[in-house]
Amino acid sequence: MSVEIAGIKLRNPVMTASGTFGYGEEFATYVNLEGIGAIITKGLSLKPRAGNPTPRIVETPGGMLNAIGLQNVGLEAFIAKKAPYLRAISTPVIVNFFGNTLEEYGELASRLDRVSEVSGVEVNISCPNVKHGGIVFGTDPEAAFEVVRLVRESTIKPVIVKLSPNVTDVVEMAHACVDAGADALSLINTLTGMAVDLEKRRPVLANITGGLSGPAIKPIALRMVWQVAKSVKIPIIGIGGIMSATDALEFMLVGATAVQIGTASFLDPSAAQTVARDMERYLSDNGISDVKKLIGALEV
Amino acid sequence: MVISNIEVSPGYFRMRLTAPSEIIDSRPGQFVMVKVRDAIDPLLRRPFGIFDMGSLTADYTGGSAQPFLEMLYRVVGKGTAMLSVLHHGDHLDILGPLGKGFQLGDPSEEKILVGGGVGLAPLYFLAKALVSTSRVRLFIGGKTKEDILCVTEFDRLGVETYVATDDGTLGSRSLVTDELERYLADSKCRMDMYACGPMPMLRAVAEISRRLQVSCQVSLEAYMACGMGACLGCVVKGHDHSDNFPDYRCVCKDGPVFDFRELQWI
Repeated sequence: MSVEIAGIKLRNPVMTASGTFGYGEEFATYVNLEGIGAIITKGLSLKPRAGNPTPRIVETPGGMLNAIGLQNVGLEAFIAKKAPYLRAISTPVIVNFFGNTLEEYGELASRLDRVSEVSGVEVNISCPNVKHGGIVFGTDPEAAFEVVRLVRESTIKPVIVKLSPNVTDVVEMAHACVDAGADALSLINTLTGMAVDLEKRRPVLANITGGLSGPAIKPIALRMVWQVAKSVKIPIIGIGGIMSATDALEFMLVGATAVQIGTASFLDPSAAQTVARDMERYLSDNGISDVKKLIGALEV
Repeated sequence: MVISNIEVSPGYFRMRLTAPSEIIDSRPGQFVMVKVRDAIDPLLRRPFGIFDMGSLTADYTGGSAQPFLEMLYRVVGKGTAMLSVLHHGDHLDILGPLGKGFQLGDPSEEKILVGGGVGLAPLYFLAKALVSTSRVRLFIGGKTKEDILCVTEFDRLGVETYVATDDGTLGSRSLVTDELERYLADSKCRMDMYACGPMPMLRAVAEISRRLQVSCQVSLEAYMACGMGACLGCVVKGHDHSDNFPDYRCVCKDGPVFDFRELQWI
């Protein structure tokens, strides 16, 4: 079941998606953290961030919209209060982070480079809920190239870039990141959406728009992972509405080396562990010796 | 598994179900997250305060003692509508108990419970824990008599009940907080207050507590996805919150019960 992403060895291909698993500690009562491939922590900024006003979330058919606004403890509190807990577990920890400016991306990358608990970084250039919260970088190939190149120069740790689906051509964005030195790509982040309250004639979310996640976005995510995977040579991490081992294995067939479990962890805190266990069962039931044999094995 | 699901008043249901063994350790004020059906729509679990819990005896189950849980809920949307049509034998997926419950406080002080509508839900479990050691009074309010629930159950516990409705169809024609103020004006006792209900009611109770310098814990309701502090969808503002010094608290993990002084009420 083991796979490798940019030199990070994962005991299985199932990671937790940023923003859906806190800093790991919150879930320790409900899940064996050692049963997960890697933990990706809540998006981190240089300074603490308050996040958006409420309502921040709303359920939609087969999914949910969120506009949390990247509320997080900030780099210093992460290093002082959150990282020590993660030292004790053997599961790789990948820190998702974002900057308001190019310089902030560089500073975060170089400061995280010195944190021994961190196995790698995931660069968020795609959160749709915050002005300047990466979206400019996430939708413009030249800006994405600049930010990824700076991060690449600022750390020797593996660099994963998380891509936004809110673009015309995701393959073009992927190439910009590869050219800038990304070690791996993760996709997709949430799709920008909206919910309306007819009675109040108002948007449901205080932020008006939010990011759609959950099973509703899986077909779009599969399509984008497939498009990118056949076009680049670095590993892809598939994200988008994965609820089961079946979903995860579909992402591997279209070319993902690993997957991330997001919204499903809200429904079942042990979802990532369950998906990994059921994938293993599928492999043994079908006489498949190595999960890597399924990567990109889609027949078209 | 659902044991019973009874409409106790139009639109309000009381459901009893078998529960995971952890429920035996739950405290008044804690809640559970319920997946109303095994499907992706509705996707998210729904939070419900624990109305009551206990253990069914071996006589009833024919085997070992079985923990049970009761929820009092109002049909407000798709999820609760689906819950309301479930019957004995149907299965539900329950996560919990979650959150921080009520502090029971000094038994020698009088206990004042204030509930609005379905906000009564966590107060019954609380009253059960308090009546053995303390004098307990319940102030309950609603729009009309149909919003006044389970008064008989509180009576049976020996709780003195004060009812207020907006239309006067049951109890006094006033706000529950007016009824509460009338009582407090004459009382000389030292007391603790516990409140659960709609935000305007909680705000009024908090204001009364501040003015009379009475301790008060409030139980909040919020829209949430996970129930364990990860989604950050259910946050409320802490007392010292400002744009420059944000202090958001998760209703699910830091609450749902808060000392009213912890929160910003404006």
